Order: sequence, then C-alpha cells, then structure tokens
Amino acid sequence: MANVIKITKGLNINLKGKAAAQVSAVAASKVYGLVPDAFWGMKPKVVVKEGDEVKAGDALFVNKLHPEVKFVSPVAGKVTLVERGDRRKVLSVQVEAAAQQAYVDFGKKDVASLNGEQVKTALLESGLFGFFIQRPYAVVADPNDTPKGIFVSAISDMPLAADLDVVLKGNEADFQTGISALAKIAKVHLGVKPESSLANTKNAEVTVFKGKCPTGNVGVQINHVSPVNKGEVVWTLGAEEVVFIGRLFNKGIVDLTRTIAVAGSEIVKPEYKKVLVGAPIGDIVAGNVKTDKKVRLIDGNPLTGVKVCEKDFLLAHSTEVTAIPEGDDANELFGWIAPRFKEFSVSRSYFSWLMPKSKEYVLDARVKGGHRHMIFSGEYESVFPMDIYPEQLVKAIIAGDIDRMEALGIYEVAPEDFAVAEFVDSSKVELQRIVREGLDMLRKENE
Amino acid sequence: MGLKKILDNLKPTFSEGGKLSAFGSLYDAMETFFYVPNETAKVRGAQIHDAIDSKRSIFFVVIALIPAILFGMYNIGLQHSIYTGGCAPSGCPCNDIFGNFLYGLGVMLPKIVVSYVVGLGIEVAIAQWKKEEVHEGFFVTGILIPLIVPVNCPLWIIAIATAFSVIFAKEVFGGTGMNIFNPALVTRAFLFFAYPSMMSGDKVWVNEKYMDSINGPIGVDAISAATPLGQLAAGEPVTASPMETIIGTIPGSIGETSVIAILIGAVILIWANIASWKIMLSTFLGGAVMAYLLRYDNAQNFEWWEQLTVGGFCFGAVFMATDPVTGPRTECGKWIYGLLIGAMAIIIRVLNPGYPEGMMLAILLMNVFAPLIDYCFVQSNINKRAKRAAKK
Repeated sequence: MANVIKITKGLNINLKGKAAAQVSAVAASKVYGLVPDAFWGMKPKVVVKEGDEVKAGDALFVNKLHPEVKFVSPVAGKVTLVERGDRRKVLSVQVEAAAQQAYVDFGKKDVASLNGEQVKTALLESGLFGFFIQRPYAVVADPNDTPKGIFVSAISDMPLAADLDVVLKGNEADFQTGISALAKIAKVHLGVKPESSLANTKNAEVTVFKGKCPTGNVGVQINHVSPVNKGEVVWTLGAEEVVFIGRLFNKGIVDLTRTIAVAGSEIVKPEYKKVLVGAPIGDIVAGNVKTDKKVRLIDGNPLTGVKVCEKDFLLAHSTEVTAIPEGDDANELFGWIAPRFKEFSVSRSYFSWLMPKSKEYVLDARVKGGHRHMIFSGEYESVFPMDIYPEQLVKAIIAGDIDRMEALGIYEVAPEDFAVAEFVDSSKVELQRIVREGLDMLRKENE
Repeated sequence: MGLKKILDNLKPTFSEGGKLSAFGSLYDAMETFFYVPNETAKVRGAQIHDAIDSKRSIFFVVIALIPAILFGMYNIGLQHSIYTGGCAPSGCPCNDIFGNFLYGLGVMLPKIVVSYVVGLGIEVAIAQWKKEEVHEGFFVTGILIPLIVPVNCPLWIIAIATAFSVIFAKEVFGGTGMNIFNPALVTRAFLFFAYPSMMSGDKVWVNEKYMDSINGPIGVDAISAATPLGQLAAGEPVTASPMETIIGTIPGSIGETSVIAILIGAVILIWANIASWKIMLSTFLGGAVMAYLLRYDNAQNFEWWEQLTVGGFCFGAVFMATDPVTGPRTECGKWIYGLLIGAMAIIIRVLNPGYPEGMMLAILLMNVFAPLIDYCFVQSNINKRAKRAAKK
C-alpha cells in the first residue's frame, strides 16, 4: 500500500472554463519554434543555420555549459529563423514543418536490459534530458550530477491545469516504460492523487497526496518525502515528459506530442488538444477565443504561466494554454469597501466564503491593489505547505543575504511553489520573481 | 463614467512635469481611493490575484472600531452629564442618550480631524518626497489616537504627539509595514511621558472644558472622576460594578471603556481574518493567569477577572496587540507574544505603584521582543534543516 500524506495548507481556486474531458487534434502548423527561455538556467548555443534541413529529434541548440545536453526539434523541416533579441539573446529557433514528417531513428530499446548510464546517454542523445529540472535552483539538470532521486508529480491542481488522467489516457504503457527507464538512473518517487490508477506504477516509490493546491507541486512533494539538503540534487520531470521518454524507448523516436488543456473563461470551447511542443499559440486557440473584451493569453496556468501573444510558441514544459480577461479597463469603484460579489478572495471581507465550493469565478489579470511592504502576517504560511518559513525566506532574498537564504531552505523551493502565496498576498509582492532572482543569485554565487 | 473622466483629465496636471506635480501623491491617493487600480500582472508570475488588498484590510479595522467609537462618543456625554449636571429626579441628563451622544460627537470630532489632518498631511508629504504611493496604514492609527487619549486632552498636544509618532515611530523606519513600534501607542507613550499631568491615568477622564469654555475651564480637580484603575492604584475600593465596566459607562480613555463594543470589533476582525485570534486569546489567557496570581484581597471590592474588563486591557488586546507589523510574524510566536503582553500588563498594573495602567507599556515592550520571539522559532527551523543536512 502506498504511503499517504495529507496536506492541510493550500487553496483551491475554482476558475470558470475548465477543459472538458475530450481531446481534439489541432491542424498542423506551418512553423514551429523552440524557445530556449523555457529551459531556465541554460545558455543556448544554436547548432543549426537558417536554411538547414532537420528531422524531428535533431538538435536545434545545445547548452553552452554542457554541450552534451541537446534541445531538439519537435518537427522535421527547414530552419527558417533564429530569432534574436537584445544583446543577441536567442528568443526562438523556428522550423518550417515539412509536409511529410520524418523522425531521427534512435532505435527501440528494451529498458530492462539497460543500465543507468545507457539510459542517461539515450536521453542526452535524444534531447529529452533537457526536460529534467533540478533542485536546487530549479534549472535545467546537469548530467554530471548524481541525483538522490527523481521526482514525478502526477497531480495537477493548479487552476485550469490539464487533468493528468485525460493527458495520460492511452499513454499508460509509455508512462510505465518511462518510469522504468528513470528508475535505472536513480530512485523514482511518484506522487499521485487518492484512488489514482497510477498508484500501481512499477519501479517507483508511489506516495498518495491528499490536499489542496499546491499539493500537486513537485516541490511540495519533495519537501514531504525527502527534502533537499545542501549538497544534494534531485531531478524532477513532468508526468507527460515521462511519456516522451517511454516513446523514445518503445518507438525509437522523439515524439513531443502533448495533450494540453485549452481552458479559461475567455475560451469558447474549453477542451483538450493534441499539439506538438513549439506550436504557435495562435494556431492552438484559433477561432476559440472570445472577442467581446480584451483577453490575456497565458502559456501555462494562470498562477505560474507566462503572458503570451498569438505569435509566440508553446513552451516546452507547458501543459495548458489559458485565456482570462485582461481587465485593465475595469475601473472598479470603491474596491476597498464595495461587496464585489464576483470576486474570489480568501478574505471574508468578501463573500466568496459564503458561496458553494462549486461556484466558478472569472478572474481577470489585474493585481487588484497597490504594492506594499509585507503588512499582514501568516498569509503565505496558510497556503505554503512546506516546512519552510516563506516570508522570512523571501525577506532574506530581498536582502540578498545568501547565508540566510541557504539556512532557510532555498534549495528546496522553486518559484512555482510560491504561486498560491503570490495570489493571496494582500501586499501584492511579486514572490515568484523574487524567488527566481534569489535562486539565480545563489547559483551564480556557488558556481 | 463622469468621475473617471475628471480624474483622467486631471492626471497630466499632477504627473511629473505637470503644474501640480508636487501634489502627485495626493492625486494618486484620491484615484486609488475611488478606483481599484487597473494595473495588470506582469508577463511572468501569478497572472491572477486575490481581490483583497491592504486598503480593504485596513478599512475593515476601522469598521471594527466603529462600535467603540460610537460608544465612546456617548460615554463622553454621559460622564459629562453625571459629573456636571448631577442626577436630579426631575429630568436626569444622564438619560438623554441622543443629547449625550451629540455632546460626545462634538468633543470627539475635532480630535479625529486633528489626528487625521496632521498624520495624513505628514504621510502625503513624505510619500511625495519619496515618490511613492501614500500607504493607508495611517487610517487605522489616525482613528486609534483619539480613542486612547484622555477626553480633555488639548488638540495641540494631540497634534504634536501625532506628528512625533508618524515621523519618529513610522516614517524613519520606512513607512507602513516597516515600523518597530505601534504608532498609535507611541502617540500615547509620548503624551504619557511628555505631558504626564494629562495622562497619568488616575485623574480626570471626563470632559469639562468643551461646553463650559465660556466661563473658562473649570479646575481639573473640581470634577475629577477616578477610573477603576486609579482607585486600585490608590488602594481605594472600586466603585464601578462589573456590569458597568463591561458595558462601559465608566470614566476612561474614549474608546477603551466598553468591553461589549470592543468585543463586537473583535468578532469583526476575527471573522474577516484580519487580526490574529491567537494573539487576542493568548493575551486574555496571559492576563487572566497573572490577574489570578496577583489578585487583591476583598478590601478593594474587586474580583481578579475584573482586571480584564477595566482600563485599556480589552482595547489593547483586540486592536493594539494584533497589529501585524509590530507583532511576531510566526504563528507559534503569536501565542507567546500574547501571553506575555497579558501577563506583563497585569504585572505593571498591580506591582508597579507608579503606573496604574500597564497595557500600553506591555505592548510597546513586547513590540521590542517580537523579533526575538520570531527568531527563536525561525532558528529552530534552521537548526532542524542543518541537523538534517549533517546527518546524511
């Protein structure tokens, strides 16, 4: 019987426009783009030139710090553009898809007969290694490290996030193969929902997590199962990325097809779509966005996602694309005293606490308040289910106090772990940005 | 949306380079007072936010104070009637609830106006100087100040004390959210030490100057009304009954007398999850234990639990100790903090002959210790982590 961990802190935000459990395909796009920024902490070195022909699985860029870590094209076709921004920063590498898809053949392999080194080599060659995120620092993993464990969360409880039951449906065999492959590298910890069919996954230590958002965050699960100490490294991987690995060994190809949720109050028909990593957002939401008001498109969920526009490309780790009202023309009168029945709040100065839990809210992108110093205490703690003092940690980061950040447990966190705290914060502090800066600062210091 | 248009039209005048740019912060404050800012989330980070902001939280504290304010006004008039009019059987002025309230309103309103004008004036000026938004923290401080001063405190003294506390207790530390001491209590402490004759706590708490100013102020001693704490400090029997101290028809600082009005405020604060119930409860627990240990003999006509109903104990526990900025930030720390405030307040009251009231000093003292309490809990978390790392 799997170990069960109950988590009491947290907050479920019930947003309108959840994706219905049906999957439809998106027509193939003309151009796909791989965005280096999705692989945080990596310095891209582009290894293709404009005009080169590539197959799906050919490297587009590599990590300058570890050239063996490749990032590969999701499609076959011709490299049309290496888009660069300020100081020649690579923004995306774009590939015009060929009519006929061709995959690099990495060869089918029987995972059972491989050892850890062989699995790692296969992942490095195929570019799937780049999907690993390591703790500490929440950056692309370093292949020279020996992780004490690999953590996979099969729970997605962020608002509007893709339900992994839908995503993994039909991919069970690949998922199991992927987990078995990972188990060759290090011990695999899998976090699942109560009564999930994934609880029977072999070659992994399965832990059942019960609780509110952000229980599904892999960081929260690590903190409860095996916290990261200074000097230790763990790797994390999204559940669907495990499927990518399974496909590699079962089929011999890199197939970066995802089932993502297209959801949110401003989506006409919220449902799941089968798309390739790097597909243009505009193609994914084509004809499916309400036009009566200004809409914010988000690559990812509304708590941890990135604001994007239609010409941007689906980021590598994204499991959903969401659309919410921008709201910058709301001009709401007397917000400090009006009842504001449509708003959602943890504060009982609003009325959302009286509403049934099933009530769905339409929240716009406004910050809804002025930026202040941290005034009210205990706000972060109430939605931060880790054995860490979040407020003190954030203050240490703001102060740039490296020793104190370490002492307070910065090695265990990623920006996403602070997402719910950032939502509830009445002082409107940009917690995720601050934590990201703290992690980057510490990494630079320890290099 | 006519108002929005007016504000938008005025914006260039108050913005950088405009004619009235020196009042930009004031304009900003007005704009955010009327409208929720339309600012939207940045490209990265949480794209949605809770509707709660510091403005709303802080105004809910003001709302929670309304019962105490209203009762305070009535009580000013009531005490005035009792001690000046006498209670003749024919037409007792004490029964004129509305008249008493109006009298109190007349006394109270100038104090509120002075406190807000002086405090907000300084805040706006400093915000303009620092090119920041005006923070709303003073809306609570500004109403707390009139509630914790004696009824007959002259307005100019309130003005000086308010200015002192806004500048030296708050702004020098960086403004709302950065202060070490509760600014309202610093105001009172300033009065307490700078003008002891006004604040000694055992003398006049009844307004006699306001309406009788045509004949010149009546001598203070002529109608001095002793508070229960004053009587205790003098070793005299307490005249007020427990019922009176709970309802609040006794002399005292304007907002502190009515336990019932304060408890209504406490319910609002806890219900809206704005103040910590842990601090309130533990303050009462700490006070109760200490009051029981240091109880008087029967000569004073005073049960040990009455300590919690008189003076500023309730008001301090509900509205002052729970200030999130100057209190501890850790949840466990809040229990210790409250227990110590309650205990310390009673110790000062009973054991120190110089100060009849101990709540103010107890809270200010614990303001200093709040970071130390936090330090202990945070350090234990740090030690646990270090130990875990060493074990591997």
